[in-house]
Amino acid sequence: MLYSDKVMEHFTNPHNVGELPDADGIGEVGNAKCGDIMKMYLKIDGGKITDIKFKTFGCGAAIATSSIATDMIKGQTIEDALKLTNKAVVEALDGLPPAKIHCSVLAEQAVKAALADYYRRQGIDPTPIVGDIGECEACHV
Amino acid sequence: MSRFVYADNAATTKITPNVLDAMMPWLTEGYGNASSIYSKGREALRALNEARETVAAALGAQAGEIYFTSGGSEADNWAIKGVAHTLAKKGKRHLITSVFEHHAVLHTMDSLRKEGFEITLLPVTDKGLVRVEDVAAAIREDTALVSIMYANNEIGTIQPIPEIGKLCREKGVLFHTDAVQAVGNVPIDVKEQNIDLLSLSGHKLHAPKGVGALYIRRGIVLPNLIDGGAQEKSKRAGTENVAGIVGLAEAIRTACTDIEGRAARVKKLRDRLIDGLLPIPRCCLNGDREHRLPGNVNISFEGVEGEALLLWLDQNGICASSGSACTSGSLDPSHVLISLGLPHEVAHGSLRLTLGDFNTVEDVDYILSVVPGVIERLRAMSPLWERIIANEK
Repeated sequence: MLYSDKVMEHFTNPHNVGELPDADGIGEVGNAKCGDIMKMYLKIDGGKITDIKFKTFGCGAAIATSSIATDMIKGQTIEDALKLTNKAVVEALDGLPPAKIHCSVLAEQAVKAALADYYRRQGIDPTPIVGDIGECEACHV
Repeated sequence: MSRFVYADNAATTKITPNVLDAMMPWLTEGYGNASSIYSKGREALRALNEARETVAAALGAQAGEIYFTSGGSEADNWAIKGVAHTLAKKGKRHLITSVFEHHAVLHTMDSLRKEGFEITLLPVTDKGLVRVEDVAAAIREDTALVSIMYANNEIGTIQPIPEIGKLCREKGVLFHTDAVQAVGNVPIDVKEQNIDLLSLSGHKLHAPKGVGALYIRRGIVLPNLIDGGAQEKSKRAGTENVAGIVGLAEAIRTACTDIEGRAARVKKLRDRLIDGLLPIPRCCLNGDREHRLPGNVNISFEGVEGEALLLWLDQNGICASSGSACTSGSLDPSHVLISLGLPHEVAHGSLRLTLGDFNTVEDVDYILSVVPGVIERLRAMSPLWERIIANEK
């Protein structure tokens, strides 16, 4: 598996690892059977993501995509965070091996799942805003 | 106190100085073609003959029963497809193997299945052992071949090969064993153990990559693998890899001269490593501890994913491998670990450390000083571990 320096950098020194006990939104995607689970915690203030943490069970790429995705949306508005694509995550990491693209999909979905949870907590149906998150296409469970 | 520790000897091994020394003349001035009539050619032929004798002697075979190949996978393919196609003409179109064979065997069986052969895949016990009675029950009138690996490459379990050999001989069924992991680590005598065909590979025992052999018991006639010149009794054409073959012979000679002494030394290291790792909470040794290759350690750590573990070990100078899906290039974890009945999530967290002749007590102690910290670090950021701990309470 050939990882870029950027992936290794985020894997060995991941940013924003941990939990937020008073999170406004928590999203978890993936499953243990497939070998990766991502959980993201958001603190939202005035429509902005003021803090973000993650916990990930998974391979090097899963940890690196979680780390960079949290970096990319920290301080952003919800609207901008919803625009985060897996493609942008891959680009920010200077590429991922083909077998690892699904990790970037998981990172995008984890962000969306956390935002969906935020809306649900506000009593707002998240589907029209966040869209259908669905399962990772790579998983056949 | 950082160091480099190579603990992936089941993947491949380092060429030893004596093997390299044996090869050097054939990579330099001894470049003659073994088929040539002049002395430079005859010298190469002599070296090949000697190498064949050496490999045969290490297995209890005759030199005429050893065919050099490019490695273990080629030998497996030749043995299995060769027997299948030969005996199909006599109406025997059924083959028996186990679920946890190397892919060189499993995918060869798949390819035969597509051709219309019937394949029985025997299960293994939760300790990673094939049951002789299962083999007996699976043998039919039209069974052409039983192929069971000598020792498993991932969990190191040693199979009851002499018993299976005896059974197959009594039933009149040919018996092949992929002994790639076993040669040099386990005493093998193809005659005593009733083995009809045996595959081996050089680079697993300190010879170079790209060379191996197939033992074919006298009397068994397989179709040609490569048509062409008269090399390997016209069965496998192509100018011989003299240096590689000489290296293979030297490596086998060294390994088989003192199997017991080497095994005893490596076993001690293995046991020190297993006993040092097992106190880590929620981990388990995969595969039988008794019937196990001297250098194999395979442990699953719950709540941790294997590839991340390997990358961290690499950061600390330790080379190891895993049965995690992420290292297999597919989405499924190792078929070997799944065959033991391990849940997928536990199989994803497996670590294989395979020790060899070059490893020391210091290596083992260094591994033991690194692994617990890495596991702890990965578990601290694992939502799966969080769940496991929550369920415990």
